[in-house]
Amino acid sequence: MPVAASAIYFLNLRGDVLINRLYRDDVGGNMVDAFRTHIMQTKELGTCPVRQIGGCSFFYMRINNVYIVIVVSSNANVACAFKFVVEAVSLFKSYFGGAFDEDAIRNNFVLIYELLDEIMDFGYPQNLSPEILKLYITQEGVRSPFSSKPSERPVPNATLQVTGAVGWRREGLVYKKNEVFLDIVESVNLLMSSKGVVLRCDVTGKILMKCFLSGMPDLKLGLNDKIGLEKESQLKSRPTKSGKTIELDDVTFHQCVNLTRFNSEKTVSFVPPDGEFELMKYRITEGVNLPFKVLPTIKELGRTRMEVNVKVKSVFGAKMFALGVVVKIPVPKQTAKTSFTVTSGRAKYNAAIDCLVWKIRKFPGQTEPTLSAEVELISTMTDKKSWTRPPIQMEFQVPMFTASGLRVRFLKVWEKSGYNTVEWVRYITKAGSYEIRC
Amino acid sequence: MSRNDSKYFSTTKKGEIPELKEELNSQHGMRISLLYFHVLQDKRKDAVKKVIAAMTVGKDVSSLFTDVVNCMQTENLELKKLVYLYLINYAKSQPDLAILAVNTFVKDSQDPNPLIRALAVRTMGCIRVDKITEYLCDPLQRCLKDDDPYVRKTAAICVAKLYDINAELVEDRGFLDSLKDLISDNNPMVVANAVAALAEIQESSSRPIFEITSNILAKLLTALNECTEWGQVFILDALSRYKAADAREAENIVERVTPRLQHANCAVVLSAVKMILQQMELIISTDVVRNLCKKMAPPLVTLLSAEPEIQYVALRNINLIVQRRPTILAHEIKVFFCKYNDPIYVKMEKLEIMIKLASDRNIDQASFTFFQIAALSFAYPFNIVEHFFVLLEFKEYATEVDVEFVRKAVRAIGRCAIKLERAAERCISVLLELIKIKVNYVVQEAIIVIKDIFRRYPNTYESIIATLCESLDTLDEPEAKASMIWIIGEYAERIDNADELLESFLESFPEEPAQVQLQLLTATVKLFLKKPTEGPQQMIQVVLNNATVETDNPDLRDRAYIYWRLLSTDPEAAKDVVLAEKPVITDDSNQLDPSLLDELLVNIATVSSVYHKPPDAFVTRTLSSAQKTEDDDYPEGSEIGYSESPANPANGFTSPPSASFTARASVAPASPPPTPPVPDLLGDLMGTDNGSIVPVDQPATPTGPPLPIVLLASTGQGLQISAQLTRQDGQIFYSMLFENNTQVPLDGFMIQFNKNTFGLAAAGTLQVPQVQPGTSVRTLLPMVMFQNMSQGPPSSVLQVAVKNSQQPVWYFNDKISFHVFFTEDGRMERPTFLETWRSLPDSNEVSRDFPGIVIGSVDATLDRLAAANVFFIAKRKNANQDVFYLSAKIPRGIPLLIELTTVVGSPGVKCAIKTPSSELSPFFFEAIETLLRS
Repeated sequence: MPVAASAIYFLNLRGDVLINRLYRDDVGGNMVDAFRTHIMQTKELGTCPVRQIGGCSFFYMRINNVYIVIVVSSNANVACAFKFVVEAVSLFKSYFGGAFDEDAIRNNFVLIYELLDEIMDFGYPQNLSPEILKLYITQEGVRSPFSSKPSERPVPNATLQVTGAVGWRREGLVYKKNEVFLDIVESVNLLMSSKGVVLRCDVTGKILMKCFLSGMPDLKLGLNDKIGLEKESQLKSRPTKSGKTIELDDVTFHQCVNLTRFNSEKTVSFVPPDGEFELMKYRITEGVNLPFKVLPTIKELGRTRMEVNVKVKSVFGAKMFALGVVVKIPVPKQTAKTSFTVTSGRAKYNAAIDCLVWKIRKFPGQTEPTLSAEVELISTMTDKKSWTRPPIQMEFQVPMFTASGLRVRFLKVWEKSGYNTVEWVRYITKAGSYEIRC
Repeated sequence: MSRNDSKYFSTTKKGEIPELKEELNSQHGMRISLLYFHVLQDKRKDAVKKVIAAMTVGKDVSSLFTDVVNCMQTENLELKKLVYLYLINYAKSQPDLAILAVNTFVKDSQDPNPLIRALAVRTMGCIRVDKITEYLCDPLQRCLKDDDPYVRKTAAICVAKLYDINAELVEDRGFLDSLKDLISDNNPMVVANAVAALAEIQESSSRPIFEITSNILAKLLTALNECTEWGQVFILDALSRYKAADAREAENIVERVTPRLQHANCAVVLSAVKMILQQMELIISTDVVRNLCKKMAPPLVTLLSAEPEIQYVALRNINLIVQRRPTILAHEIKVFFCKYNDPIYVKMEKLEIMIKLASDRNIDQASFTFFQIAALSFAYPFNIVEHFFVLLEFKEYATEVDVEFVRKAVRAIGRCAIKLERAAERCISVLLELIKIKVNYVVQEAIIVIKDIFRRYPNTYESIIATLCESLDTLDEPEAKASMIWIIGEYAERIDNADELLESFLESFPEEPAQVQLQLLTATVKLFLKKPTEGPQQMIQVVLNNATVETDNPDLRDRAYIYWRLLSTDPEAAKDVVLAEKPVITDDSNQLDPSLLDELLVNIATVSSVYHKPPDAFVTRTLSSAQKTEDDDYPEGSEIGYSESPANPANGFTSPPSASFTARASVAPASPPPTPPVPDLLGDLMGTDNGSIVPVDQPATPTGPPLPIVLLASTGQGLQISAQLTRQDGQIFYSMLFENNTQVPLDGFMIQFNKNTFGLAAAGTLQVPQVQPGTSVRTLLPMVMFQNMSQGPPSSVLQVAVKNSQQPVWYFNDKISFHVFFTEDGRMERPTFLETWRSLPDSNEVSRDFPGIVIGSVDATLDRLAAANVFFIAKRKNANQDVFYLSAKIPRGIPLLIELTTVVGSPGVKCAIKTPSSELSPFFFEAIETLLRS
């Protein structure tokens, strides 16, 4: 059954119900008590997000200081339920203006009740697109931040848009200046062994779009991915232009993208929602350009001293630079004293996370700063075997660099009025889970 | 932009309810100016908000029912919604007063504003009061035909709500037909909601209400492209019940569904995967299947970058998928490597899947040849071979912080050792390295798995026992202790100070948990039997005394008495029982039973797929009339067999005596419970009369011995097929029995065999006359070999498709009983035998033990083998053992040379074979074992 929920509860960390909605009659209203006593107040919390208690199943997620709990008694679709929660939270955020926490829920409970009534019926998720819902669920001046027109005026055809084939864009939008912003954001995930061997490495990228376009435009996006290019050269019976092509392992698209067309013609064509949205996600595992190499040597000298040397090498172009580079080097809990020398940036010992934190605000390409530290440990009775050597973790952002080498080749916009559009493209690569074992 | 509703929560004065009542009522019935009206309405709205706030924090505000309902007739949509919300919550407790709201509902359902019409219908459906339900019918009827799709999509769901309250009413008023009409609606969201409602109604009804015809299928597949992401989930889930008529249709459906794999919504992806997997069962072309597997892998991997909770759901499902289609993610093991910050539930599931995907290819460097490494580094340019070293990965996890995870990692190493013979040695050395770290729980866990490894590879790795004994003092967990004691007892003759070691445990015997006591008892008896000297003799006295007089544990006492009696009456018999060779264990890697797996795969993405339990195990629901029969396909309590512990605990070490008693039963491949009496393969093969062996209660068949059922009547819509390969007069036949349990005669039977290792195919057409209802027909279909050979590793699976004029095509898998291939010209003269034996390289010689088989009478056995075209050549004696040499031949003149070593009359046969086609040896062994067993 594609039912996703019989009831949904929002609880704070103490277990108080902030708001709840029962969608079906098959679970009792006091089910949340079972959740409190059997999951929240036990060690079970956090060990498994899907649990059975009595005849009911509980799916729960924690977002900031709120637990969102879904209760079902049938063989419901769990994937659907969790995805619903994720989407609902992002919908609430877009209504509240960013934050989703206990206070936001208390401050907006009437609105949340109204939304909960609209986005799910009898346990079946309905339309959750913020753009459309804001057409007719407008609480005290909540207005679309992107549209040039105020939306207090009730929209007569709202219902048609909720259910329409283009259920994510409303009609009759007008902008003086038609602009599209494309952000290609890549996260590099790396797991490297202490010997510098790459154990696992992939890039998860997303293309974020901000559209300020009038009317109902048709967009077409071209990337330098291998399959797309091959298909194109096939269709135009022209050989592929030379240059770097990227092999995408997997792509997923926002619901506005015509999947059947993508499958047959390999083109990304869509009618975009108004404002900001995530157009597509992709994953690449082959031919990843790692922006940083980390070479750690950690020596334990006797029972009370450690010597830490870490060299970080930037391997992108010399004219580029990374921002906000943070290297977290774990040290044992019983660290007493640390002393450093760094060739760039600043380092300090953070006892709360048991790490040496080395920050470099601006990190140019083709350089290799080093950190050498001496760590003194308190000698304890318990053997220091218990230190498990967690991996070194890194954070960074490299603007105008893509670890995958992906590039936008074109973005075409068609609208029947035939206006001109200005397109802006940015690239940025961030660290995902960038771990180096030591 | 955020408002501040929290003020509504703040009133906590005494007499809150009367105060609210006053606020709700204050201006009713007054004549007021239009200007004042808005102020008033705002005030009333505030009052209702306070009521709702009180309701939210759990206060009982049901006494305000009348007052709130009085606010219902308003033009203000927000206020109206609040009142409706209140009604949903309290109508049940005030059923008599709820009737007050009906008029407004009915009026609202005719409002010019579609939002209000929909709101009224949606809310009425949520009020589960009988009196209201009656009034719901007319508005619902209207709304199902409303001009506005938003109202229609709401009404569609409302039918499901009404069906849940009063199914009869829905059927009487013809709402089901209106709902079915909505499937052809021009608005995709209406279609999706109608499908969801119909699917739900179908699930709670035993009558066929929502049958998916090819016409509906076509409509829904078209709607799939246009509706919202959630609508796609509804449609895909409903369609996954659809059974395609043939492979062509299945391929067409799959082609329409595969684009969904690219959707950003994980629920759409999983439902699409579910549907594709279902249809794949029907697709015969291996190319298409391979292609689909290739297409499904990347989206499944992508699910692992979603929120951890979604990852968890995905991982539980992937666990199922790789059991059915191991090739899908065979090359993706590295995506399951754990990240340091993954939540524990994600790590545990990843580990489980890593064990499943571990193979000789990726477990460890040592198993690569130079050329393989070269080939790999060519195929994976940017990183070398260390990608594949799962074993090193496990070792890394075994040094992490979380105790449960570390234990599981250690267990994983053990399970890989049991699963992959070639990696066993490396696994053991990693375990020994871990033991040296001396982290208490790692050591204990390692000892537990090493015990299992000893069971799997007896007499291979005993050299490490000394290292294990060093950690003896640190053991404090019962299972680890019991494992260590089992090891000491089992190898007492090789451990010089075994008696001292055991003695150290004996002091605390009365305080030990039962598990350890049982093990101590058995180990001491083993020690005594192996080293019947003075020390052990005294020990055994102490133990037997402790275990009989001093205990109140019946298991322990009974076991002790049995040993005592055995030892006192016949020590030799005691040896036979206690020291008997134990059956070799295999790694189950938590494999599920195939029929359960089938059921779970139909339920991908649902709760069932996460629990790995069939829905009926946790959902209690009542059908509106008779129970569905299809639900009874799997045996009751089928989940019991899937415990988390590795290596078959049922016949594991905890009770060695009973293990040897039951050895014969436990070696036999477990047959699924619902199958009929085990057929007598050999009898059938020889065509002899063996009525005496056939159970009395066998189902009445026209002639011949019973055949194994390959298609159950419940799967075949009443058609049951039993079949088996047999050999008669030098020809292979497919002996088949068709039983017609349907209401109509069945005719026009046709059969088709999929490509298989031996290229078996039908030599003629299937000759089956019309089968009348309630009767059965038996036939022999002549077969030929080498017709449609499949590529790839040899497999004994025979995929068969059977069709008739009345029903869709049925597919089933049969297992090829290999001995039908032994040809009549397999007899060899002694010189030829010797020469052939010598001419084959030694690497072609493989051997296996059949510990549970007893050869009672040599002549009878040899006759039986000869009847199956396995011919006796010579015999010699070696100490007290007899060695037999036999030969057989399979088509294309491939010889098979067999050497059987056994002590006549006692269990255990060692079988060594030599053949040019050594890749077929598992099948040879299987065949010989079957022949010897019968």
